[in-house]
Amino acid sequence: MMSYVQSLGSWGLATLRDYGRAGILLSRVVFAVPNVRKGFPLVLQQVYAEGVQSLLIIVVSSLFIGMVVALQGYHTLAKFGASQELGPLVALSVARELGPVVTALLFAGRAGSALTAEIGLMKATDQLSSMEMMAVDPMRKVIAPRLWGGFISMPLLTMIFNAVAIYGAYLVGVKWLGLDAGAFWSNMQASVEFHSDIVNGLLKSLVFGFVVTWIAVYQGYDAVPTSAGIAKSTTRSVVYSSLAVLGLDFVLTAMMIGGW
Amino acid sequence: MNNQDFIEITDLYFNRNRHSVFRGVDIAIPKGKITAIMGPSGTGKTTLLRLIGGQLIPTSGQVLVDGQNVHRLSRRKLYRLRNRMGMLFQNGALFTHLNVYENVAFPLREHTRLSEEMIRSIVLMKLEMVGLRGAWHLMPSELSGGMARRVALARAIALDPELIMYDEPLSGQDPISKGVLLRLMRTLNDSLGLTSIIVSHDVQETLSIADYVYVISDGKLIGQGTTDTIKQNDTRELNQFLHGLPDGPVAFRYPALPLEQDLLGDTQI
Repeated sequence: MMSYVQSLGSWGLATLRDYGRAGILLSRVVFAVPNVRKGFPLVLQQVYAEGVQSLLIIVVSSLFIGMVVALQGYHTLAKFGASQELGPLVALSVARELGPVVTALLFAGRAGSALTAEIGLMKATDQLSSMEMMAVDPMRKVIAPRLWGGFISMPLLTMIFNAVAIYGAYLVGVKWLGLDAGAFWSNMQASVEFHSDIVNGLLKSLVFGFVVTWIAVYQGYDAVPTSAGIAKSTTRSVVYSSLAVLGLDFVLTAMMIGGW
Repeated sequence: MNNQDFIEITDLYFNRNRHSVFRGVDIAIPKGKITAIMGPSGTGKTTLLRLIGGQLIPTSGQVLVDGQNVHRLSRRKLYRLRNRMGMLFQNGALFTHLNVYENVAFPLREHTRLSEEMIRSIVLMKLEMVGLRGAWHLMPSELSGGMARRVALARAIALDPELIMYDEPLSGQDPISKGVLLRLMRTLNDSLGLTSIIVSHDVQETLSIADYVYVISDGKLIGQGTTDTIKQNDTRELNQFLHGLPDGPVAFRYPALPLEQDLLGDTQI
């Protein structure tokens, strides 16, 4: 019994220590005085690496998701004679929930895992140590650009996800199932509120971008510098990010639901 | 602190995971000389370099570099001090996303506002010193182990440091690469007026270029002196290390229960 309590205690302390270290890392990035001349090109490189290079998976996934939602939605709505409401159904589902959440999950799997593995490998091969010994702060040079790169990329990817998913739904609903294009678009336009639906969805994606990238860079920076250690950290990065996105989505939805 | 010493380490204690790595070590690194720090694997030689560079904090004792207590400096002052140090890591630690030229230019771009033309000249000169000017366009993955270390050396001296620390520069190198690196370390030290610290367990090669030697084992100094003094010292610990004897004060066998008890008993594996 005592050993159980002891191991619970040590697990608790280790977890708190983890949160503390992640908090220190974040504060060192967020409260650092920015150096625009050197920092901006690095952030831009990361927007390319994390954002542009994630485009393919985002576009393909969003197209299929939009098509599936339209297909499922059409058959259910048709039972109630409300198939004309397919546009609003798809647009609201995508803008409020599917866009931010699925983009964040795909981002965690594609860019988050790459970030963790890259930083972990830089640590294992002493690249971070050598930077420190050259009087260059790895927080400024490696961690901060990646964190801001993810923060900027996520809402942009979400907007692209939303647009492509709605286009996928249009292809299925209008071009395949024969809904009237005018009804599809005008019903959608009448139902979707810019602030409560679009802006709130993008706010979610900003929060998810920040959290997913924070988890990814922290897991890489804190990785045990061995092959097994980096593998574990990469797995943890994806799992923790996905859980954080789903959990935060509930919290954020609960906070935003008043506006609907 | 003696004026002729660039580094003075006093009564250094360092623990890691409840294991004591150093127990009261005193080391003085003279200015302008090559000092070798040797000892069996796992005695904390690399840890010592990290303590000097301020990457680790000692449990007690102090490390003075040019009269400044490394572990009491603010981050800004520590970074300013590190600008006067160069370190060659065991595997080179080159940035894998940058080519040779950009690796050597990295510290120049970070710490100076030199024109691109000036950076180009300095990088090519440093690469020329290590004999790799022609390899400026290669990526680190295209370099052999010895070449990678020479590029890392060119990067370490890019800002003309006063101190350079070599972490196992010879390990895993073929005889030709070893010869090249040894000659480079000696030449750079003399021509640039550096203070050099070489951490190594390649006894004969290191002794061939060192001016002063410290030997560490089991957290303590077991010998120090000029190369000749060390060679003539016949204490058991030093004798075992210098001549590579498999058994001695550093035991061949890791502490264990008697063999019969492990084989016939019910020791849990």
